[in-house]
Amino acid sequence: MKTLKPLSRLVVAIAALLMVSAYFVPLWQILMWAPQYPEGLEMDIWINTITGDVKVISALNHYIGMKHIEVEMFPEFGYMIYIVGFLIGFGLLTALINRRFMLWMFSLLLVATAVAALVDFWLWGYDYGHNLDPTAAINIPGMSYQPPLIGTKQLLNFTAFSGPDIGGWIFIIAGVLIMGTLGFELYTQKKKV
Amino acid sequence: MKTKIHRLLTLLVIFTSAVVWQSCKPKAPASVAMGDAASKAFVPPGKYDEFYNVVSGGFNGQMSIYGLPSGRLFRIIPVFSQFPESGWGYSEETKPMLNTSHGFVPWDDLHHIALSTTNGEHDGRWAFGNANNTPRVARVDMKTFKTVEILELPNSGGNHSSPFITENTEYVVAGTRFSVPVGDKTDVPISSFKENFKGYISFISVDPTDGKMKIAFQLKTPGVSFDLARAGKGKSHGWFFFSTYNTEQAYTLLEVNASQKDKDFIMAVNWKKAEEYIKAGKGTKSKAKYAHNVWDEHTHTGVSTIMDEVLQLDPAELKDIIYFIPCPKSPHGCDTDPTGEYIVGSGKLAALIPVFSFTKIQQAIANKEFEGEFAGIPVIKYEAALHGEVKKPGLGPLHTEFDAKGNAYTSFFVSSEIVKWNVQSLEVLDRVPTYYSIGHLSVPGGPTKKPHGKYVVAYNKITKDRYLPTGPELTQSAQLYDISGDKMQLILDFPTTGEPHYAESIPAELVMPNSVKIFKLEENKHPYAALGEGQAKVERKGNQVHVYMTAIRSHLTPDNIEGVKLGDDVYFHVTNLEQDWDVPHGFAIKGASTAEVLVMPGETQTLKWKPLTTGVFPFYCTDFCSALHQEMQGYVRVSPAGSNVPLKFSTGKIDDQSSGAGQ
Repeated sequence: MKTLKPLSRLVVAIAALLMVSAYFVPLWQILMWAPQYPEGLEMDIWINTITGDVKVISALNHYIGMKHIEVEMFPEFGYMIYIVGFLIGFGLLTALINRRFMLWMFSLLLVATAVAALVDFWLWGYDYGHNLDPTAAINIPGMSYQPPLIGTKQLLNFTAFSGPDIGGWIFIIAGVLIMGTLGFELYTQKKKV
Repeated sequence: MKTKIHRLLTLLVIFTSAVVWQSCKPKAPASVAMGDAASKAFVPPGKYDEFYNVVSGGFNGQMSIYGLPSGRLFRIIPVFSQFPESGWGYSEETKPMLNTSHGFVPWDDLHHIALSTTNGEHDGRWAFGNANNTPRVARVDMKTFKTVEILELPNSGGNHSSPFITENTEYVVAGTRFSVPVGDKTDVPISSFKENFKGYISFISVDPTDGKMKIAFQLKTPGVSFDLARAGKGKSHGWFFFSTYNTEQAYTLLEVNASQKDKDFIMAVNWKKAEEYIKAGKGTKSKAKYAHNVWDEHTHTGVSTIMDEVLQLDPAELKDIIYFIPCPKSPHGCDTDPTGEYIVGSGKLAALIPVFSFTKIQQAIANKEFEGEFAGIPVIKYEAALHGEVKKPGLGPLHTEFDAKGNAYTSFFVSSEIVKWNVQSLEVLDRVPTYYSIGHLSVPGGPTKKPHGKYVVAYNKITKDRYLPTGPELTQSAQLYDISGDKMQLILDFPTTGEPHYAESIPAELVMPNSVKIFKLEENKHPYAALGEGQAKVERKGNQVHVYMTAIRSHLTPDNIEGVKLGDDVYFHVTNLEQDWDVPHGFAIKGASTAEVLVMPGETQTLKWKPLTTGVFPFYCTDFCSALHQEMQGYVRVSPAGSNVPLKFSTGKIDDQSSGAGQ
């Protein structure tokens, strides 16, 4: 049974604790600008809710037949708190149990969660941008309005941007720390052999 | 050591990628006028602007006069709304101007301006404006900048498609925005729209000599909404084009229900044909109640007459008057180019701009290239009438104006820009952002046969951060662009009052030489005018007290009035005896429930006052007229109803019984 270095255990514990921030700061942001919105519109995605100019954005989007954005639309908000809780617990357990296979599992779990989250977000974005009310006032043949997954995209008069918010960045840092620790463990072991 | 560097490097990579990521976010658009912009819009102190810019006031119900290129506001002309600063709609003379078949209406919503033309070119005589709410058309005299006529429109539910004019100002049109039930069947369920609701278009004739308006005829058309219109000109003179929406004939949630069809219509009206039918006696007289209010320059008084009949034509029975042309998605603007050959329809929800050809429309009619009928009216095939489409011009096209070089300028509400394109080739040439969400735009002479060009003004619907904020309620924003070169250049950003919709600009030299400086006292035929201080007097007629008052620098005559009793209605008929330029006098009295009156030199205006308590009431001149303006004041004594205080009046007379004060 391979164990972890004390420094690795400490970093893993810190990384797991960093994820606690997910309960207190927004994870993802969607920003929008239009000629008549030079100040920009903002939508912040938290672990269990959406805040920001959601009503304004929904009011604008109804012209092209997009759904009204409601917290209830997202079952994710019901269970994301448990997933993140599980990740934090798993991380702390990894530090506590002090076994390398746990670190492997934790790393894979994190990657899998991140991929699943992005896939889920993309699927929602696809539905939101394509599943339009056929009676909408503005109906441009061939036009769909899927928001960008990550990065910037022009949607009619709006420039939309999607990317991590502060909580997302902390999550990314935590992930990098975990991956780095795993790399560090593998690298130092190789050296010994 | 190596691992440390390694770790540091990793951190650095994360940090830099985060910074790069953040800086990838798009920036809000910058909007700075560049280069020689300021000098192009600069009119040195004491110098005149090149153009009069006549701007609709929207929900203030008035017209405003700006100068271009400076953007300076010169005057607000009261039209459809009361204006306490001049007494418009408060004075006894002006109240009849706001009379309607619904009684006195103190407010309206003025959307569009039409400056009179002769041979399709500006003649500087009149400016017409529409009342959107209680349907009316007003005529403003460009010599006095005064509203001189207001004509109400019967069988109309909202006069939006108005007051567009024909080439020689033969007609001003008025198309209803709301179709409504008319005649004997007005108390009907709203859901009986298709059966009972009709849209009426009025053709108002304008007398070429004095401008007097009269409803020449009304066209009974299917129940749709008429939005905007333009007359044909040159080769298409004799025709008129109206944009329509809600051809779905929805009567609720129009936002959705009137946006379902791929195409609504542009309605082409052969008004020469309509004239033939009228001459042939095909018109039917129909009962209708509407007010016609005319201002008399000599009595300085408006007279309101209630009319009771209107002549109508039914184009479903009388063929060849109207044709429908399909036009994508709820067309708003419907603009004819200076040659009269091209008609631009701006579907406000469409992703392209169709341009129709008058020649092709005529061919299509001759060859009967119809795709069917709508409520008994032939519908021309879209392709048969089409010159071509401007592809991907922008989002939310609304209105198009023209320059003299064959270019069109279209406003785009959603993408907030003006797009310049060539009418012949339909090629997009240039685009500039507007701040924010432009509605109408205006090129001097843009709707005429000979555009003056040079500038385009954007009248925006959203102001936001353009100026110092003033709470939730903001001024409206306008931008001026120089269009003399290939590229449009922003040269000025200026606030506008009310909520401007359409505006026109006319070269100063066509208006300025005719501007009246004073009203001649010897031409004043006001029945209560006192044409000299010797004629100043106070008369009692029952419980009416008429004060024939004069105003001259720096006293009012009479300035001491006694013998007014509670229950009296006091009429101050103030005549300004000045015959000098820019010396108005004003008049106000304490407790008056009306307004002040502002009286121009040589004019008489009347303020009605009903005192509610006894006592001595001060009155004064409200317009700073002279060095001793502050001394231009007086008193009215009000006694109890049964009192025997005799009626007397004076100026400069010191009474014996007084305590010696003033001697």
